[in-house]
Amino acid sequence: MKLIIPVETQSLNAPVCPSFGRTPLFVLFDTESGKLEFLTNHAAESEGGAGIKAAQFIVDSGAETLITYRCGENAAQVLNAVGIKMYKAQDGSVEDNIAKFKSGELSPLTEIHAGFHNHAGIQK
Amino acid sequence: MRVAVLSGKGGTGKTFVSVNLACAAEKAVYVDCDVEEPNGHLFLKPMISNRTPVTVTIPEVKANKCLGCKRCVDFCKFNALAYVLNQLMIFPEVCHSCGGCILLCPAKALIKSERKIGEIEEGQSGSVSTLTGCLNTGEESGVPIIKGLIQRLPDADTTIIDCPPGSACIVMESIRKADFCLLVAEPTLFGVHNLAMVYDLVKLFKKPFGVVLNKCLSGENPAEQFCKDNQIHVLAKIPFDEELGSLNSKGLIAVREDRLYQVLFKKLLEGITKEATS
Repeated sequence: MKLIIPVETQSLNAPVCPSFGRTPLFVLFDTESGKLEFLTNHAAESEGGAGIKAAQFIVDSGAETLITYRCGENAAQVLNAVGIKMYKAQDGSVEDNIAKFKSGELSPLTEIHAGFHNHAGIQK
Repeated sequence: MRVAVLSGKGGTGKTFVSVNLACAAEKAVYVDCDVEEPNGHLFLKPMISNRTPVTVTIPEVKANKCLGCKRCVDFCKFNALAYVLNQLMIFPEVCHSCGGCILLCPAKALIKSERKIGEIEEGQSGSVSTLTGCLNTGEESGVPIIKGLIQRLPDADTTIIDCPPGSACIVMESIRKADFCLLVAEPTLFGVHNLAMVYDLVKLFKKPFGVVLNKCLSGENPAEQFCKDNQIHVLAKIPFDEELGSLNSKGLIAVREDRLYQVLFKKLLEGITKEATS
């Protein structure tokens, strides 16, 4: 099973990035082979619709599960179309979150926000 | 003559000044460009004779023609398209209507489609014809509605354009065809900051302009000082008058109720006409 998580830096000890669409990196982790890959999120520089682009990127990466703090409704629409499962990230490192996911301690992400669309002040 | 009434923030009295100016003229057109919250109609209470929808162009996909090349997805700067499970998804609210994806599609699978974002109401209130732009709640930009309003401006009559607050794109669009810009200012330091914003804008657009000082009290008036310092012509001073507050709260128009304000706004209109034509 391929897991994908937004992350600030190229390290499993780094915390999960609080932004989904504008995270600088994603880490793609294969729970069976243990293979690890850090991928640049080009959606981060988008003028708009970063969530949609990031979701497209995740679909194209072949990931089946996403661990994230939050997700906007447009991005969720793309992810849901392919049936990608979303889990709510917990405070701690990416490694902690992977461990918690494996032991079934993460709960599904149920709140999907209406999007920040240039109002959050964290985008540019 | 087209007069645009603007200010750097909401609540300074743009609608109050616009509505009263329109009513002080023998015959006038009042244009409400504050499309996010048009409120001139609360005072003018026009009889609506016509409503025209305003639409923007968005892409629509002919799924059987789509090759799945994702050229449109990669092209869109606003990421209004996604391609998953051999299907193109379109996000109309994200689309900025540039039409690029339609031009680019090698299979001609994308066609133009219209999406309604609001409407323009035409009406009549006594000697004042009204044009009101109404943007649907939740829409990103009112610019297409303002463009529709500006296209409908008559040539001959006295036209008063009630602008949105601030100095952003929607205000620029509203003043583009104006012959004169009237800046409404409050007598506070905050009011000066907001006056300076629109002052910079009208200078940039090289429009003739003047100021109305609203809500004037006795004592110091920082907005008046700003006008003095920058040699800006003050065309009228409106007092901070309890009666005005009372009339406004009832949705009444001062010019139609009070002889004093009829004189004040007639004089203001004369002053503007003189400045605009000199």
